[in-house]
Amino acid sequence: MSNKHIKTIKDGFWAGNPIFVQTLGICSALAVTTKVQNALVMGLALTGVTGLSNVAISLMRNVIPHRIRLIVEMIVIAALVILFDQLLKAYYFEMSEQLSVYVGLIITNCIVLGRAEAYALQNGPFSSFLDGIGNGMGYAAVLVTVAVFRELLGSGGLWNHRIMPASYEPIQLMVLAPGAFIMLGLLYWVFRGLNPVKEEK
Amino acid sequence: MSHDVNPLVILVASILTNNILLVYFLGMCSFVAVSKKIETAAGLGAAVIFVLTATTPINWLLNHYFLEDNALAWLVGPHLASKVHLGIFALVFFIAVIAGFVQIVELVVERFSPALYYALGIFLPLITVNCAILGGSLFMVEWKFNFMQSIAYGFGAGAGWALAILVMAGLRKRMRISLVPRGLEGMGITMIVTGVMAMAFMAFNGIVPV
Repeated sequence: MSNKHIKTIKDGFWAGNPIFVQTLGICSALAVTTKVQNALVMGLALTGVTGLSNVAISLMRNVIPHRIRLIVEMIVIAALVILFDQLLKAYYFEMSEQLSVYVGLIITNCIVLGRAEAYALQNGPFSSFLDGIGNGMGYAAVLVTVAVFRELLGSGGLWNHRIMPASYEPIQLMVLAPGAFIMLGLLYWVFRGLNPVKEEK
Repeated sequence: MSHDVNPLVILVASILTNNILLVYFLGMCSFVAVSKKIETAAGLGAAVIFVLTATTPINWLLNHYFLEDNALAWLVGPHLASKVHLGIFALVFFIAVIAGFVQIVELVVERFSPALYYALGIFLPLITVNCAILGGSLFMVEWKFNFMQSIAYGFGAGAGWALAILVMAGLRKRMRISLVPRGLEGMGITMIVTGVMAMAFMAFNGIVPV
């Protein structure tokens, strides 16, 4: 792998992080992060969908008529999401129950369509794949980070195991909706501190 | 929410206690992007109410008469229908209905009310990728609503979303003249304020029995 390829992955992961820099895909970042396990599965599913949809669209980029490209992209993405949804139902039924509608909502997750539009339509299949993987991993990393804090503070454990001392009283708010918003806001603050980007007023 | 609730209860619940944005986090992208001005927030809110109220019942009919297990019995008889499982394609059909509906609305509004078209025009295409719309249809299936309930839920979810984005736009107007810590501007403070708003909405818990 050349330096250019590594840079493609790194851009998606850090400098152009989909959630914090492009502000895409926030819905699921909030919804599935009550547990680390859920966040990881969701992150992997999105990485898979984004990587594969980027490859498919990049391969077809010279034959898709410009005017109907959105429909073509939606169909490719929908097919891949259904594939992942069925895989999850077949092998991790409990997990698919917990993630409920949010797996299906990967279709409208702006990251997938955004990368197809912004990258796969102009680039070759291999670098498009890396771009999709990089963005997916950037997304997954944010999800897992949010989930670590929420599970630790809200349920006093990690990966369904209790690790906080018995005297620790879990903060119920953290597993509820407001905790998700506030946690993501605070992590955004930390991210901006480490990776300053000019913010439009 | 369960499936034997009065539609009026569903209406109130989906606006206040089970708000699609503040409790289920759907439609966050456009919520963050479009809540900078009250006028545009109101325009998008109205468009979301309209599209959700229409697409949720349409998708209910589609699901009930074509996609569910055994749904095709009225067309091909119970024996053959029990072998067809179109349910896995629900996602594709739902998103196609939503995209098609938005397109038709755009054409009709442009033809008959240019004023409304210019007011809503730019927001309509955005709605197709607003996950609150698809989410509304998916929750309707998940909670096994009947037809009346799906209408109440579609309208209520849209109204709840519009309420949230209007309140947010009002708050962000004030935020422009307040001192926000460096690095927290934009998305950061929006998230935290939304969190506080979600907390305030939790006070409604218990006003309806769901």
